[in-house]
Amino acid sequence: MSDWLGPQEWAAVGLSLKVAFWAMMGAVVPGVFVAYALARWEFFGKQFVNVLVHLPLVLPPVATGYLLLITFGTQGVVGSALKEIGVVFAFRWTGAALAAAVMAFPLLVRAIRLSIEAIDPKLEQAAATLGASRGRVFFTVTLPLMLPGLLAGMVLAFAKAMGEFGATITFVSNIPGQTRTLPSAIYAFLQVPGGEPAAMRLVVVSIIVAAGALILSELLARRIAAKVGQA
Amino acid sequence: MSVEVQIRQGFQGFDLDVSFEAPAGLTVLFGSSGSGKTSVINAVAGLSRPAQSRIVVSGGVLSDSAEGRWVPPHQRGLGYVFQEGRLFPHMSVQKNLLYGNKLAKGRAEIASFDQVVDILGIGSLLGRRPAELSGGEKQRVAIGRALLARPKLILADEPLAALDEPRKAEILPYFERLRDEFSLPILYVTHSIAEVARLATTVVALKDGKVDRVGAAAEVLADPSFTPMGPRAVGAVLEAKVVTHHEDGLTELTANGVALMLPQLSHAIGDQVRVRVAAHDVILSKEAPKGLSALNIVEGRVQSVRSGGGPGAIVSVDTKAGRILARITRRSAAALDLSEGVTCYAVMKSVSVAPQDIGTR
Repeated sequence: MSDWLGPQEWAAVGLSLKVAFWAMMGAVVPGVFVAYALARWEFFGKQFVNVLVHLPLVLPPVATGYLLLITFGTQGVVGSALKEIGVVFAFRWTGAALAAAVMAFPLLVRAIRLSIEAIDPKLEQAAATLGASRGRVFFTVTLPLMLPGLLAGMVLAFAKAMGEFGATITFVSNIPGQTRTLPSAIYAFLQVPGGEPAAMRLVVVSIIVAAGALILSELLARRIAAKVGQA
Repeated sequence: MSVEVQIRQGFQGFDLDVSFEAPAGLTVLFGSSGSGKTSVINAVAGLSRPAQSRIVVSGGVLSDSAEGRWVPPHQRGLGYVFQEGRLFPHMSVQKNLLYGNKLAKGRAEIASFDQVVDILGIGSLLGRRPAELSGGEKQRVAIGRALLARPKLILADEPLAALDEPRKAEILPYFERLRDEFSLPILYVTHSIAEVARLATTVVALKDGKVDRVGAAAEVLADPSFTPMGPRAVGAVLEAKVVTHHEDGLTELTANGVALMLPQLSHAIGDQVRVRVAAHDVILSKEAPKGLSALNIVEGRVQSVRSGGGPGAIVSVDTKAGRILARITRRSAAALDLSEGVTCYAVMKSVSVAPQDIGTR
């Protein structure tokens, strides 16, 4: 089984899983925060935040990647500051994760926001009258009730991160073992003569991972919906 | 053990300006929809923050806009029973019941978990989820959840409005027990005159954002000029005691020595009950009627005759059993020459008193 894929191909699959996992994990907390703010709060500049969050969804991925490069690159405003404390994104797998997280963020926020908007604020009021502080209301009522949407959003974000190509290759290039994720590897194999079989094998892996993610999210959502009593 | 409420708030096209004091017992905030009753109860709960308010519950200041004091809802220590129950769908009944209890460690217990479960008859529901409960069961759990939060005051916002008649009849007695068995003030919002008659110790009637009437329930309901829901909803409340259950299915009551016959009640002999007698079910007679099928004939003196523009008049009759209101036509009032001080007989059919109009005490 393990020799079905060559070492380079395994490296790409492993790297993609790592990048997608950390992109998802890194995006989830800010995703919940932004989704909650957009769903429940009225504040100055709300529409601006909404547009900013959704921009990676509609912008050419290459443009997003370039913006990341000039911001988080070693010469960039944020990148040079982060370099001082030893955090480097440019041409590292962490940069691929950052690009994937940014690209997946709108999908994550949309899914979570919808699930928050489906929660009756009257339940949160009821919890408050029973003595729960805002934080406790969030963790005991809001969060459990939005869990189906949250998990669906996370799986969606993971799948999107697995497939992210344009922003990644622009921001962190296509370095084998470092930033050569699954889509980058497929692209690279297609550039060399005789690379098609390897590209095909990676396409199959992509299909398996993507389908698996969708099935998993469906199962999780159903399980939780039944538990939450909204099935 | 009292509740002091002063609220002023301007809404679009509607000003709320309410001030009242609720003594111990169950205080009903009564009024039609749009009268401001839910705004008042939400301000007491801290779910809204009116421009000007002063709210004091049992000596504790929850809100005083003059001093800039405002206690957030989760620190108010109140128990709120909502119209729709608002149980947490992702928790079992048991977890719902204990949600507020865990957060109320500092306050004195009203009743233990086992007592509450027993009183409300929800022992068999503890493992279920709210989605598996009927409307009546949900409200019982909601009452239990509020009680177990060890509140200083129970708030109830039309807790029966979403239920059908049989379910209302199922839940009403629990509020009577709440009122009678725990020394806990209750602020209860409703637009149902029947609920006022059964439950209220004190009535605060609201109209267009202002207090229309405040007073003991029996007094307010026996006031013939109080017709908030139109003349059809008028009816006085008699306090009576169950004497005996007769074999033919009637229950004999005594109201201050006057015997009353009603269809079989479920109350035990010796129980105090309140009987609401709808004014349109009362016939007046100038002489002691004979050969009549109605079983309840009470002698009294006309206290007042009130009529508006329509064909009807409301005659208020003072009897030994208490004040009775009768809705008759102006023509009849004139024909019988009913005026203040005249002796007359109030006639009530036993079967016209509906079971839901009979409550404890």
